[in-house]
Amino acid sequence: MSFFSRSPWILHYDGSSCNGCDIEVLACLTPLYDVERFGVVNTGNPKHADILLVTGSVNERNVDIIQNLYRQMPDPKVVVAVGACACSGGIFARAYNIQGGIDKVVPVDVYVPGCAARPESIIDGVVQGIAALEEKRKKTA
Amino acid sequence: MTPAIYGILFVILAPVFGGLLAGVDRIVSARMQGRVGPPLLQPFYDLGKLFQKQARQVNPVVEPLLLAHVGFMAVTGAMLLGGTDLIFVAFVFALAALFLVLAAGSVDSPYSFAGAERELIVLLASEPFFILMMAAICKVTGASTYAGVLASPELVAVQLPGVLLAFLLVATIKLRKSPFDISISHHPHQELVSGLTTDMSGRLLAYVELTHWYESALLCAFMVLLFNWSIPLGLLVFAIAYALEVLVDNSTSRAKWQLVLRSTWVATLLFSGGNVLALFLLGR
Repeated sequence: MSFFSRSPWILHYDGSSCNGCDIEVLACLTPLYDVERFGVVNTGNPKHADILLVTGSVNERNVDIIQNLYRQMPDPKVVVAVGACACSGGIFARAYNIQGGIDKVVPVDVYVPGCAARPESIIDGVVQGIAALEEKRKKTA
Repeated sequence: MTPAIYGILFVILAPVFGGLLAGVDRIVSARMQGRVGPPLLQPFYDLGKLFQKQARQVNPVVEPLLLAHVGFMAVTGAMLLGGTDLIFVAFVFALAALFLVLAAGSVDSPYSFAGAERELIVLLASEPFFILMMAAICKVTGASTYAGVLASPELVAVQLPGVLLAFLLVATIKLRKSPFDISISHHPHQELVSGLTTDMSGRLLAYVELTHWYESALLCAFMVLLFNWSIPLGLLVFAIAYALEVLVDNSTSRAKWQLVLRSTWVATLLFSGGNVLALFLLGR
């Protein structure tokens, strides 16, 4: 039996987001959505995390940070890109300092669209992330 | 049954007790915050997952140290219920806690190292109390083993109300509850990231969690020592005390280490020491 589907721990990283998606991510933890019901914990530490949840796009300054966080996470791990900016660069895509979506620097497993992404779709994205996590565990086991 | 069997039963059943307690804790905390909270068995799911996840060995010495941490904590409980001298149990309890400091201090992460330094401070704050508590219990009941104290006609908590008060304060440190959770916390986004456990992943983190469950069960066993008339009475008082700890955890912010050290030393010296001194002066 796998416990990953019952205990996905999340690391939330804010790239160059306008904070809209971040507020929606935090809304998932509030009494209305309460994702802890499903065992989701918002860890502040990449070494404890299973899912890297990134909001906002990649800019010149946070490339190394995102890659570093990704490398520090133990296997199996998945990346969920939340919001239009994390998926493709969004409204900032053509800005001089923006490289684009998160998939420019780390492999992304789930794309959650929206500007800002709604809490329901973020939770849905995490659920799909859990399925991807399960696939990866089977491959490595 | 011989005491040795109780000791073995502790090693097997304490993680079940500690895990369930952690599950209840998370549900009660969630209800206090207006949330539904995770399932009761969530801590066991978390532990199972951690064992399935990759463990990054930052320093090869960490895993043996953490295994010693789990092992000695289990042995402490086995010795307590198995009939070893209570003061000796208090010393082994301190030794078990020390292995976590060594493990966290042996990695390069500044957060982990700062957590290890703070853990040393809270050990300095809590361990003298446990030695004093055991000595006071032995003095009051005239017994030096767990079974002996339970068989004593004196109700320890009536003789040692100061020790009970100090125990409630020191238990906040041992249960890793706010405001005394300065070295490690179960909540994310503290100023030290994850403190002691920052560089521990996979099964390494699982060992720390497992030890914490043993520690919770040990504290419950200590509470039964204070309410030695009957085990259900001790369990009931422990349940009330734990509910209070959860309430305090949810309604206070983290203290600085100076306050932790001062308040526990004041409690140890003033409440426990004063209690023992008063009994001595009364000629008991």
